[in-house]
Order: sequence, then structure tokens, then C-alpha cells
Amino acid sequence: MSDDPGVSDALHDPTTDDSRGAQGFPRPDGDFPLATYLLSVNGRELPVDDAWIGESLLYVLRERLGQPGSKNACEQGECGSCSVLMDGALVASCCVLAADAVDATLTTVEGLTGGGGLSDVQRAFVEQGAVQCGFCIPGMIVAVTDLLDRSPAASELEMREAISGNLCRCTGYGRIVAAFHQVQQERADARA
Amino acid sequence: MPAPSQPATFTRRRRPPGLGESVLRPDAPPKVTGEFAFSSDLHLDNMVWGKTVRSPHPAARIVSIDIGPALAMPGVHAVVTQDDLWGSRTYGLEHHDQPVFAHDVVRFHGEPIAAVAADHPELAARACAAITIEYDVLEPLVDAERAITAPPIHPDGNVFRHITLRHGDPEATGDVVVEGTYEVGMQDQAFLGPESGLAVPSEDGGVELYVATQWLHVDRDQIAACLNLPREKVRLSLAGTGGAFGGREDLSMQIHACLLALVTGRPVKMVYSREESFFGHVHRHPARIWFRHHARRDGTLVNVESRMVFDGGAYASSSTAVIANATCFAAGPYRVPNAKIDGWAVRTNNPPCGAMRGFGAVQTSFAAEAQMDKLAAALDMDPLELRLRNALRTHDQLLTGQVIIGVAPVEECIRACAELPMPPAAEPDADLMTLPGGAGRTALPHNVRRGVGFAVGFKNLAFSEGFDDYSSARVRLELGADGEPVAIVHVATAEVGQGFVTLAQQIARAELGVGTVLLHPADTQVGSAGSTSASRQTMVSGGAVQMACAGVREVVLERAALDLHLAPADMVLGDGEVTTKDGTSRVSLAEALRAGPVEAYREFHHAPTEPLDENGQGNAHWSFAFAAHRAVVDVDEELGLVRVVQMATAQDVGKALNPLAVTGQIEGGIAQGLGLAVMEEIVVADGRIRNPSFTDYLLPTPLDMPPVVQTWIEQPERGVPYGAKGVGEPPTISSTGAIVAAIRAATGRPLTRIPVRPDDIAL
Repeated sequence: MSDDPGVSDALHDPTTDDSRGAQGFPRPDGDFPLATYLLSVNGRELPVDDAWIGESLLYVLRERLGQPGSKNACEQGECGSCSVLMDGALVASCCVLAADAVDATLTTVEGLTGGGGLSDVQRAFVEQGAVQCGFCIPGMIVAVTDLLDRSPAASELEMREAISGNLCRCTGYGRIVAAFHQVQQERADARA
Repeated sequence: MPAPSQPATFTRRRRPPGLGESVLRPDAPPKVTGEFAFSSDLHLDNMVWGKTVRSPHPAARIVSIDIGPALAMPGVHAVVTQDDLWGSRTYGLEHHDQPVFAHDVVRFHGEPIAAVAADHPELAARACAAITIEYDVLEPLVDAERAITAPPIHPDGNVFRHITLRHGDPEATGDVVVEGTYEVGMQDQAFLGPESGLAVPSEDGGVELYVATQWLHVDRDQIAACLNLPREKVRLSLAGTGGAFGGREDLSMQIHACLLALVTGRPVKMVYSREESFFGHVHRHPARIWFRHHARRDGTLVNVESRMVFDGGAYASSSTAVIANATCFAAGPYRVPNAKIDGWAVRTNNPPCGAMRGFGAVQTSFAAEAQMDKLAAALDMDPLELRLRNALRTHDQLLTGQVIIGVAPVEECIRACAELPMPPAAEPDADLMTLPGGAGRTALPHNVRRGVGFAVGFKNLAFSEGFDDYSSARVRLELGADGEPVAIVHVATAEVGQGFVTLAQQIARAELGVGTVLLHPADTQVGSAGSTSASRQTMVSGGAVQMACAGVREVVLERAALDLHLAPADMVLGDGEVTTKDGTSRVSLAEALRAGPVEAYREFHHAPTEPLDENGQGNAHWSFAFAAHRAVVDVDEELGLVRVVQMATAQDVGKALNPLAVTGQIEGGIAQGLGLAVMEEIVVADGRIRNPSFTDYLLPTPLDMPPVVQTWIEQPERGVPYGAKGVGEPPTISSTGAIVAAIRAATGRPLTRIPVRPDDIAL
């Protein structure tokens, strides 16, 4: 059981599992051309060794680099669960080849948590009840964070449009919109 | 409660808030940081990847299967088919009629035939493609009505269940009669977290499975039977579950992954793709429903006649219970003295259907509420007035003859919903994005018409028809490392997003007066909690936790009373201490626990129910929940485009134990009702799913989903823990009907089929 009160974890904390990069496949043959490269993820240079070049950025983050926060729910860029920032642009990491992300600066949901605490966006999601099953939430957090950084005074309609590529099946979006308003309010209060 | 889309404010308090307060989810912080491990996030060093081979045909004989080329591929560790199963070759929730792997006959598009384990998911996919299967393709049986009399496509026949419901004088006639035939398309649960899990072979020859599911114990029993293992050698733990909505009540990858783990001796991870997910779980039954309503001239309902056919697809799943709900609640929450209803759930070569939020009540509610509007028009009566005149109350009879003894605030729901504020009128210079169809220069403001619609729905809570529906809880109170009391709650309740983890903590805090409540991971090392479905966990697992806490409290009071030379009856357990009722003496909880931890294990069984008799009569249900919905829509009639402007609802919740969680359940449930009304349908042609992706199966986005105005009717239900009713399903039952009624009001079109398509409006 986790030390965190009331939080059940499944096997172990996958984010601290460094063994993922050692995963053995594939063997070097003509059907699986391999590549070795570095990815810059959340300020760290992470090596990817002998990986099949067909792997998506999402797959490499999740299965090779121990960063499973970004989720896969559709593998065709429709649901937004895999949203990450690539050189500051919001992308669906399922639709980016990992080997194409070399030289890019990547930020995932794991990189949005400052100093072990929650960011204001993350805290607002918790406090407004925006989280139910939570599967869409990492992508939502990345998308809402990106919107508020680019467009701090976005209207609710602009916000709904901005996250319309992020599907949530549990909440009906009402509490997610409320979380957005909370962050805007808090940031406005902090400036005042 | 919070206003739509506006942030709630929370008072910071020293003591953790208890029942009836908007307590925050304990799993929300790890979910917002990405740390929370979902079933697709699991990893072990030497694991291999499993993948399923599926039939491209909805009906075929399998002539031969050649797994050789796949097995020969380097990095492929196993290929399994039915020949490798050493236990039961079939499984199922109620009837074991579904093969783990199709062997001689394929009965639906996407039916599993084999599974492979390989070093890499791409290699597993290529291995699946390398398996050669020769088929003798058959003509699929795809017409549900024809299935009733068609030659059987399964040894168990084509009719899963035919319910004949006869109530009062089934031939009674009224002064005014309205008739209609309605259709419901196939909806998908579309939970975002795909079917997935990790199976690990254990040293005793058994298997451990970490999986996203709705009911650990019923999964375990089916896996154990198919692998011919004793139940205790099949250990399941709940992995992070990315939504469910009924779609995880049946097995998907569970047996395949466990079998591959036993065959390879290695951990096996399986994660469905979205496309595979559409083939890999049951859907909401498509239905064709005929109704004839009879009423007196004053609007009093006299008789409701109905014949309905629900397409269950290839295998039984929970079809027999779905059709029972569809018939039992067919007429909606109204007093109907006479009824003549025939409901069939049948087998076809279409995709299997089973549980989805609302479970049978959704389909008939859409049709019956359309009938109520039609009847109101025929009577020249206000549709709300007609509903109020016939609204069910406590002590009224259902169509099944059962007398409602619990709370039934139908009238209150209708009135409260009607009183909720309307949205502002459409503005001529409104943002283009708010027009039907969005900003793509499609709808023109002067073509847009506004409509308002209303619908009311209800269904049973928890399981019915004589099922012994229960949940188990073990609660332990002990001193933590810091010397402070800690409660540990162990339940097998599947947390799928609904928030039982929060409620379990609230209950334990309230019952035991402790600040720290830890939840043991849900697994099969404790008794069954039953399914996370039928809106039942707040009531049934909530009841089990409450009872186990009461058992612990009893022992704590005895200990304290012994210390003070008093009787336990003189003592109360309060906030971290036991006091005498007059407050003169006290023992701290920590003191009482110094003699050792206190543990109690209890089961909550809801009041017994009866099977339906041959006329569909009987006290088959335990408790009921009601809701009214109002929809405001804008429609561009020429383009057939709809934008839902506002949803309003009043829901019978008994007692809201966590207002924030109730708010979220209602908003989320309405979003799924909106989807069924105007966009969501699995398109099946000749037995084949044509749109198994989120590109082609459309889900409501934040731009499709309007603000929800909600209010609750809080009348505590007796015999239910804290008087709280389950809240998950009512939002999904009549929200669909309200939206379609609003589109009818805007367009004058009959709209007898959901989802409503543009050409239903524009052509």
C-alpha cells in the first residue's frame, strides 16, 4: 500500500522505475530498423537505446523512459490523453514519432509539478472535483496549463474550444471548466 | 451546490470533513500529476505483451487455424487457442455461452480466436497477422426481430429471454390512444482507459491479475473456471481503472492474459487499442420499441401496451437482466393500472451487448417519454401537467405489481426541474462558436430555432429479481506509527471513477471519529463487494463499511466501558475519544487501542427481492431513483444541426453524502445522455462495426456539452445507509429524451430514432 493516505497503488510507482529503459526488444533485423537517440524530457536528457524507429513518442515516454503519466486512449490524436508540449507547442504524442522528437524540448505532465507540490492548475482540478476516473486528466492538465500560459484571460468559450481535443467521458467537463475559472481567479488575485 | 461552471469554495477546517460535505478525492492528487498507475501503466521487467487475434467476419465456420508462422517468429513466446484451455471453454456473467476463443464457429465481428505473447507490442501485432485462419464465411443473422424465429445460431437458441408482463386488465382501453415505434442505436461506453492489465504467474501454479474491472470476484470465478484452477489460486487486484460505465462488467482480456502468463511462465501485459476496445466489450443494446398508450380525457393513464426487441448480439452477457429492466420500467415513473408488455432480448451476429449506465431503462425511457408528449398533444394538455397527473408516489404500484414503499418524489423532481432558471435568449451577435455546427460558417443565426423539451425517468438501484446482492468490508482500527488511531478499510469495491474511495473514508471517519483512514487496495483477499454498477456501491458497499465500522466501535466501547467500570451502552465514540453520555468521563481512542487493534468484518445484504413470475409480476426490486430533465436546444433546421444550450435537472438522491461528487456524477451522466441523443452510435452494417475509432464514433467535447443547472430532492430512503440513494444512472436515463423532445419542439419533426441525425431533421 502506498504511504499516501487512502491511495491504492497497483504494483509499484512506475515513475520511479528506472528499469524500463532496459527493456530488451527488439532484436536488430531488417523488419525492425533501430535507432539510438537522446530525448530532452522535463529538463533531463534521456537516452533511448536500440529502439524500433516506428515507436511513437507516447510509447517511448511510457514504456522506455518511465514516464507513463501521458496516456493512450485512441492512438490517433483524437482524445488528447497523450498531450505533451514539444518545443512549447501542444501535440498529441501518439502521433509524433519519438525519433522525430530528437532536439525538441519536451514537457510532459510529470514536468508540470513544481518542487514536489501541485501546480495551481493541478490543485484547482483536485479542489473543484474535476477528477473522476482521471484517465484524461494528465492530458487535460497539459492542455489547460498551456492555454493559461498562452492566453491568461481566455474566455470560457475559448477555454472550451482550446480543450475540445481533450475528451473526458466521466465529468461532462463542468468541474474542469470550474477548475479553469479557479486558476484564472487565483492568478488575478495574486496580481492584484 | 456549485453553480454551473463556477468554482466552488471550500472552508479550510482542522478536522477532516465528514458525510454530507464536499470531501476531496484521495486519489485526485496522484491523478493530476500522472503518478496514479492505471491498468495500462503497469510494468514488470521480464514481462511480455499479449495481443488478441480476432475474426474479420461476423459469421463463419473456422476451417483451419495455422499458428506455425507466428510461433516461428523470434521473440514470440506463445500462441494460444481454445485447444490450450484446460478448464471451461465458455464464460459469461449469467449464462456461460461465450467461448473464450472461437473454435468451430465465429458469431461476431471481432470475436477472439487466438492470443499471442511477444517481446514487443508491434511484434505481437505482426505475429497475430501471421496466423492463418481459413474461414467458411456464413450469412450473418443481423435482424433482431427475425432472430426470434430464425434457425438458432448457437446451441442455446436465439432468444435470451422473453418477458410477458401482464398487469391489471391488459385489454383495457382509454378515450385517447397514441401509438408509435421507436428505435435506439448502439451506444458505446467509451471509457477512456482501454481494457488492460498485467497477469503474473505465481509460485503455487496460480496467477495474479492486476486489472481494470467492475467486479473483481466475478472475474476471478470465471477465470478460475476456464483455467481449471481453484479460486484461491487466482488472485485479482484492482488496477487503476479509467472509467467503466457497464463496459467492464464482462470479461475482456482477463482469461487471455492469465492463460498466456501460465503458458509462458512470464508476466503478460495486455492493453487494447481503441479499435480493439470497440470489439472487446459489450455495448448498449440497440432496440426497437412499439408503444400504445391509453388515457382518459382528463389525462389519467389507463393502459400501456408495448412490444420491444433488444438486440443482444452474439452472446448473452447481461441481456436477461437488461430486458427485465426495459419491461419493468417501460412506462416511466407513472401510475399505470393496466399494462400488456412483451420484451425480447435476442441473439444475433451483431456485436454483443450488455450493461451500460441506465441498463435497459434508457431505451424505453426515450420511447415512453416521446409517447407522453404525443399523448399530451392529443389531449391538448401541457406535457408537464400530464406527467404530474400521473406521477408515481410512495405506495403506488409499478407495472410489476410491486408497491413502492420507499421515497418516490417524482412530482417534486418535475416541479423543481421546471423551476430552474432558463438560459438567456439567443443573441443575434452571439459568438459563431455557439451556433449549431460551430464556427465553420455553417448555421446562420436567422435559421436557428430554439426548443425546450422535458423528460422524466427512473430505474431500480442495485440488483433485482432475487439476486443475493451484498458487499463485504473489513475495517481495522489500530495505532499508527505516530501513536494516533488509524482506520484501515478493506473492500473489494471497484473504484472506476465514481468516488467510492472518498465515500469509504468519509464513512469511516464519521463512524469511528478518526482523522486518518487508509484504504487497502481492492482485491480478492476480502469478500466480494459485488459490481460497481446499478448505482449500487454507495448503498451496498457503503452499508458494508458502515456495518464493519459499527462492529469496531462496539468493541472499542466495550474496552472503554471496562476501563471506567461502566456499561458500553453508557458510552459514545466521538472525535478521537470515548466519552460517557453525560460527558463526565472520557478515554482517548488511542488509550482504548493500546490493548491492540480492533477489527470487524461485515456483509451488507440489501432486502431480499423476488423473481418475476410468468406475468412479469413480483416484488423484484429493492429501491428506485428518479430524475427529471429539461433541455434547451438550438437547431438549424436546414442543416439538421443541433446545439444543446442548457441542461437542467432535479434528481432524487435520498441524501447527498458528497455534494461535489454528486454534482460530477450528474454532469457526467448527462453528457452521456447527450451523446446518445445527438451523436453517439456504433454503426453496424451486415454485422460489421464500421466506426471503431474516436475519429468516427463521436463523443461529446467541451463545446458540445452545455452548462448543467441542477437541484436535488433530498428525502432520505429508509433501510438504506444514511438514506442515500445511488446517483450514477438517473442522469443518463431521461436526459436523452429531454434533448430529443426539445429538438421536436424546435422543428416539429417526429424524431423516433436516436441518435438524431442531421437528415432526420433536415430532410
